[in-house]
Amino acid sequence: MEMKKYFNSKLILSLIAVISISLTQAMAQATAATEVVNKNEGLGKMVGYYLLIFLIVSVFIGIIGKVLQVYELTRKIQGRREGISWNKVNGVLFAVALVLGLYGAYWSYTVQGAQILPEAASEHGTKIDDMFNITLIITTIVFVITHILLFLFAYKYNYSPKKKAYYLAHNNTLEKYWTVIPAIALTILVLMGFFTWRGITNISKGDMQSAIQIDVTAHQFAWEVRYGGKDNQNGRKNYKLIGSLNGLNNLGLDLADAKNNDDLKVSEIVLPVNKSVRFTLSSQDVLHSFYMPHFRVQMNCVPGMATYFQFTPKITTAEMREKTNNPDFNYQLYCAKICGGSHYNMKFSVRVVSEKEYAKWLVDQKPIVTPEMKKQYQLAMQQTLTNDNNKIALNN
Amino acid sequence: MSTIAIHNTASAHHDDHAHAHHKETFLTKYVFSQDHKMIAKQFLITGIIMGVIAMAISILFRIQLAYPDQSFPLLEVLLGKFAPDGRLDSNFYLSLVTIHGTIMVFFVLTAGLSGTFSNLLIPLQLGARDMASPFMNMLSYWFFFTASVIMLSTFFIETQPAGAGWTIYPPLSALPQAMPGSGLGMTMWLISMVLFVASSLMGGINYVSTVLNMRTKGMDLWKMPLTIWAFFLTAIVGILSFPVLVAAVVLLIFDRSFGTSFYLSDIYIAGQALPNEGGSPVLWQHLFWFLGHPEVYIVLMPALGITSEVIATNSRKPIFGYHAMVYSLIGITVLSFIVWGHHMFVTGMNPFLGGVFMITTLIIAVPSAVKTFNYLATLWRGNIRFTPAMLFAIGLVSFFISGGLTGIFLGNAALDINLHDTYFVVAHFHLVMGSAAIFGMLSGIYHWFPKMFGRMMNAKLGYLHFWLTFISAYLVFFPMHFMGLDGIPRRYYAFTEFESMSEWLSVNKFITWSAILGAVAQVAFLYNFFSSIFFGKKATQNPWESTTLEWTTPVEHLHGNWPGEIPTVYRWPYDYSKPGHEADFIMQTTPHSQTMSSNLPHDFEGNEEAEVIQAQWNETHKNVNNTEEVK
Repeated sequence: MEMKKYFNSKLILSLIAVISISLTQAMAQATAATEVVNKNEGLGKMVGYYLLIFLIVSVFIGIIGKVLQVYELTRKIQGRREGISWNKVNGVLFAVALVLGLYGAYWSYTVQGAQILPEAASEHGTKIDDMFNITLIITTIVFVITHILLFLFAYKYNYSPKKKAYYLAHNNTLEKYWTVIPAIALTILVLMGFFTWRGITNISKGDMQSAIQIDVTAHQFAWEVRYGGKDNQNGRKNYKLIGSLNGLNNLGLDLADAKNNDDLKVSEIVLPVNKSVRFTLSSQDVLHSFYMPHFRVQMNCVPGMATYFQFTPKITTAEMREKTNNPDFNYQLYCAKICGGSHYNMKFSVRVVSEKEYAKWLVDQKPIVTPEMKKQYQLAMQQTLTNDNNKIALNN
Repeated sequence: MSTIAIHNTASAHHDDHAHAHHKETFLTKYVFSQDHKMIAKQFLITGIIMGVIAMAISILFRIQLAYPDQSFPLLEVLLGKFAPDGRLDSNFYLSLVTIHGTIMVFFVLTAGLSGTFSNLLIPLQLGARDMASPFMNMLSYWFFFTASVIMLSTFFIETQPAGAGWTIYPPLSALPQAMPGSGLGMTMWLISMVLFVASSLMGGINYVSTVLNMRTKGMDLWKMPLTIWAFFLTAIVGILSFPVLVAAVVLLIFDRSFGTSFYLSDIYIAGQALPNEGGSPVLWQHLFWFLGHPEVYIVLMPALGITSEVIATNSRKPIFGYHAMVYSLIGITVLSFIVWGHHMFVTGMNPFLGGVFMITTLIIAVPSAVKTFNYLATLWRGNIRFTPAMLFAIGLVSFFISGGLTGIFLGNAALDINLHDTYFVVAHFHLVMGSAAIFGMLSGIYHWFPKMFGRMMNAKLGYLHFWLTFISAYLVFFPMHFMGLDGIPRRYYAFTEFESMSEWLSVNKFITWSAILGAVAQVAFLYNFFSSIFFGKKATQNPWESTTLEWTTPVEHLHGNWPGEIPTVYRWPYDYSKPGHEADFIMQTTPHSQTMSSNLPHDFEGNEEAEVIQAQWNETHKNVNNTEEVK
């Protein structure tokens, strides 16, 4: 306890005071040095105040420490064996922590748990939610039991010089149980997880082709979305063509591929309810992640490689607004993979509507290849043709 | 043993080996020291400083998250153009997140933890005079130090420190056009990491060779304390996985500086189509996580080892299931190499592969569960002394459970679809590897402080430190699970752009204030640590009444650890409260012949001669099967 002396010694205190005052002054000077004097006025003072508050708290804690020390010393002088039994204090604190902690966890589960995503809005999402709930129940039980044991043992078995601990080096039966039981529980979870996962990702060729084809291209910091159009197929892209056609071709569409002609450019993702949709994802620059939490959908967008996610939405936006009692509810699309300064702000509107509304909406969508682009393309083709001809002429 | 006696034996020892000892100067003793104890302290103090810096960084970005619309002129004074108008720049926010992660994972929890305690304890607990290669050990520290300096110096360059997240996924990290943090800052990050890995490897090779070759007489592998097992296996994991990171980093350097296309393909950025074709960003992720996942165990296993030792000592009970503890460590070691794909379920990796990685990942939960239950069984009917070290060890067990359980969600590929890259992940790994490992480290510091500095830390300040830190860690990370379950992605600069996220703003404030509380609590530790080095109460030789070898060394350090001969080991390290023995611990150096009243049949490991002697003694002393004490 020798250091307590130093802790409370005037020397240290005055040293800290001097440091805080000089810091305050230095801060004030630094403030003055910056151009915007007005804005930063009082900054040094503020920092000084915080330091002072901290100092006062520290001194207060120091005083408590000193008081405890004096108390223990007097007990010692009086010849009693012990002042405060810190083992007991900590043991009791663990018991208190157990009660408060479990209540806190319960509070968190109910209050913050009420703020989490509503029920899954897609078919596979329901399976994921079931898996989640099973896992949650199992883990919560383990969490509660192990913590009760851990903290209760800490409370119950705190030190007494009269006691001797129970020499128990191992117990093979017990160890077998708690190896095998978790192993079985995990095997069940693994199997369920495996089949759920395969069900989501392993889709037959026929189902792939019959789904509504939507092509998403991510770039810093926005999404470009096009629908497959009449042929339900998205045309080829080539990143080297981005910016061609006088800058009109911002997706790098390869107009030589006729499938591009009927593709539709959209400014929001609108999905018909209960219809399978297949997203083809790619990125123009860095990694992004196509994340629509309400549908339990996430897949990274990778430059140079197409990725896919196919699912079936089953609740329309309107229905979800009713279910959540929130008239402003909207499905969200986030970018979930760090992609640069505006990673936090890559918005795109998503709506699920009835089939009728979808058909109506689709009619209004414009082809992605505008007449202007076509004109530019033809112009460019002609130019290359004449260039080629010229070359041939020159060679001759 | 009195101090005088120690001095005598020490000087005698010096005379014996006079030719081996040069006069120590300040430079050779404190700076370019080759003494493992000094190197351990160097690692520790550098690690603590790095930890404080990384913690301060976390407070900065927590403030941004809590008050996204508020201006803090102080930030502009401190950070200049990185915080224009007193608000963090969004790119700089990402740099802060990146450097916080990098420093915490590598510089604090890898070097600060393994570097400190492997260096300190391997020779001391095994009975070796020093590491197998003291010189390489010294190099290891100075590579680490250089790496730290380079990493921190990125705050002082024109562009920003590396900003692509601690996993630095290309193409973001490969293209300076993509963000300011991918310029010079990233180059320096890569250089720093190469040096860091070199340091880690030199350390690791040293640890493994020391453990295998330099154990004292009688110290067979099954008599090693669990700390040593943990450090040994950690070093093996490090040696096998870190080189892969270097390979990945070198390829990234090629991509950045020499125009290769390992990770780059089909990129159009800043109005320009890049010529790179045929590379794959997913390749980086495979290489990175081949280290990255074992890295989690590199961080955690030493903490578990320390906890095993501290819990056994302070429960005054043998660690329950010593063999199971070792086998579970070995199991974790092996499995840690085949689970890396669980970081990549939704990155475009073949989904079938995802299914396989899910199976291996959930298997790894079994050895982890065994460890947890064994800790609980060790506490059961113990006689628990709540030293600060013990409190932190119990805290570790709690975090290990809480964080480990959420791993079962994330390891499940189907559930990971919706949890990947959300706050759920942040909560998970901050509990299971962040908080748990840092608690292991703090536990180790409180426990072996007397060994390192010959003085005691203040226990009461330790209690205050523990309770504040323990509570604030839960207050910070528990709510984050629910943010993740609401689908909030991580690494978001502000929650203001999406209306639906606004309900979490108040929670963010709460988390930030809890984090500030946690940070302020560390002042209690820092004060306690640094003042106790100079003013702490003088330590006795074996303050915790522990059984292991390091407590047989004199309090005053000397190069070579033991004056005179290195002690011989006769028994396992966990003979606490053995029935029939008066004291509640028996040192590893006490031969069975001195503890006839407490010997158990299996103590003799089939040595028939010894069994006969024991049987004779039992007969003469009417010692009934050595279960109850007979005096």
